[in-house]
Amino acid sequence: MSGKRVLMQGNEACVEGALAAGMRFYAGYPITPSTEIAELSALRLPVLGGHFIQMEDEIGSMAAVIGASVAGTKAMTATSGPGFSLKQENIGYAAMAEVPCVIVNVQRVGPSTGMPTSTAQGDIMQCRWGTHGDHPVITIAPSSVSEVYTEIIRAFNLSEKYRVPVIFLMDETVGHMREGIEIPDPDSYQVIDRAMPDKKGDNWRPFAVDSEKDVPKLPPFGMGWRYHITGLTHDERGYPTSSPEKSAAFISRLMNKLALNRDDIISCDSYMLEDADIAVICIGSIGRSAKEAVNRARAKGIKAGVFRPVTVWPFPDKEVTELAKKVKRIVVAEQNCGQIVLEVERCVRGACPVTFKGKANGSMLMPDEILAAIEGGEN
Amino acid sequence: MSYNLKFRFAGSGGQGVILGTIILAEAALAEGYQVVQSQSYGPEARGGSCKAEIIVSSEEIVFPKIETADCLAALTQKALDQYIGSVAPDGIVIADSSLTIPESWHGRTEKIDVISTVYDVLKKPMTVNIVALGAINAILGVAGDKALEEAVLARVPKSTGELNMRALEEGRKLYKK
Repeated sequence: MSGKRVLMQGNEACVEGALAAGMRFYAGYPITPSTEIAELSALRLPVLGGHFIQMEDEIGSMAAVIGASVAGTKAMTATSGPGFSLKQENIGYAAMAEVPCVIVNVQRVGPSTGMPTSTAQGDIMQCRWGTHGDHPVITIAPSSVSEVYTEIIRAFNLSEKYRVPVIFLMDETVGHMREGIEIPDPDSYQVIDRAMPDKKGDNWRPFAVDSEKDVPKLPPFGMGWRYHITGLTHDERGYPTSSPEKSAAFISRLMNKLALNRDDIISCDSYMLEDADIAVICIGSIGRSAKEAVNRARAKGIKAGVFRPVTVWPFPDKEVTELAKKVKRIVVAEQNCGQIVLEVERCVRGACPVTFKGKANGSMLMPDEILAAIEGGEN
Repeated sequence: MSYNLKFRFAGSGGQGVILGTIILAEAALAEGYQVVQSQSYGPEARGGSCKAEIIVSSEEIVFPKIETADCLAALTQKALDQYIGSVAPDGIVIADSSLTIPESWHGRTEKIDVISTVYDVLKKPMTVNIVALGAINAILGVAGDKALEEAVLARVPKSTGELNMRALEEGRKLYKK
């Protein structure tokens, strides 16, 4: 830590952290509550030799981000619900063509235009399955302004390392609040840059790997390496194929790229779980409500704790299965009508009761509401 | 010594209540406290109701929003009526002198002439948040005068620095201990 404390908004920390990670291209279409990310990117990028483009819409924004990344630049876009829906087609293209990029979604109340200035967590499942077809995707959800800064750096690192779109899932609460934070010293974190291929032989197959744990090393366009990328299912050379064998090998590699590296990708936060009888599972800003609820439960002599997936996708399935064996009950607290609870129930497999506490009216799920669920009063 | 303040500032969109809390949060940060600032507002750019809040603490702030406020400062009757119910009984209500304090409130009340000062003394309605801030900080003692002045100057356009320093001073004078 450099020791200098500044008052920073979550959306500002998203930009500053992204710049620290090496983001030099931003294309977007402003939308509340993510607009400050576009505004600050427009101010900061030209000074650093980067580029900011306000595009005609969110579809074009996502396309521009993919183009910039294929040319070798770390690229980002930011949006909220309605725009996130529009980006889905091209997010699928990025997953298919293995183009690193970061998509920030500052969630607001939906569906449709919903409540633009109010908080929600209704897009969790859309991050996983918003674009069609089986595909790999990473999603990270921060709960404080300082975590926005450090986790957006991790989002870029994972995107570059595994060549996948990473969705940085904020919510209006985290995006719009300001906290006094210490800007991390650059020596305190790692910045991962894209790996380059070893040799340029005649038989170079850009998408070939030694094992499914490996990631293809694709050089930026314009550096003398000629290869083909496409949204069609392709072989190791990058050309379309409809061979069942090659197609099976392709989708297996695409999915296992993350599945076999899940321990490197998954990150979770635990609070007072060592002796807990009741675990509250939540993501993003609700981590703050849950922590306060647990403090109040502890003051009443109830042994409660918080388990918060910071990496939401891939979901920390093994961790939740283990947790369910240790506690007597799990409370899932979400700013929606029930999304993470579906994953939790899948992983708990009946090992302990699961109580759901949700809220989707635009006002934040409060500590006392979670406390009531911890105390078992409501379901 | 442990310090904890939950302060809510409410008014109408365009009055600068959000900026007011940002400035107060930065002044408190400069004094070495932990701070969280947040706001809620409607989709309108102006005229809708607007609420902003800060928590200032000597300890880590776990939950970033205010459930019960230690102090409410209101610039409009609508804001006062809407949020007075969530002020702690031993808390403070700061209201513009033109407003009517609801009968339900029996706690400490500080009425200050913010609106008439910006129209009659400064003749600049846009300084309403800074005048209020001067009075609010005089009442609550969140930050020293110097820290607050620096925080104001860091957040307002350079050409308005002098005007805003006058606004802050007029606000300070409105609170007579």
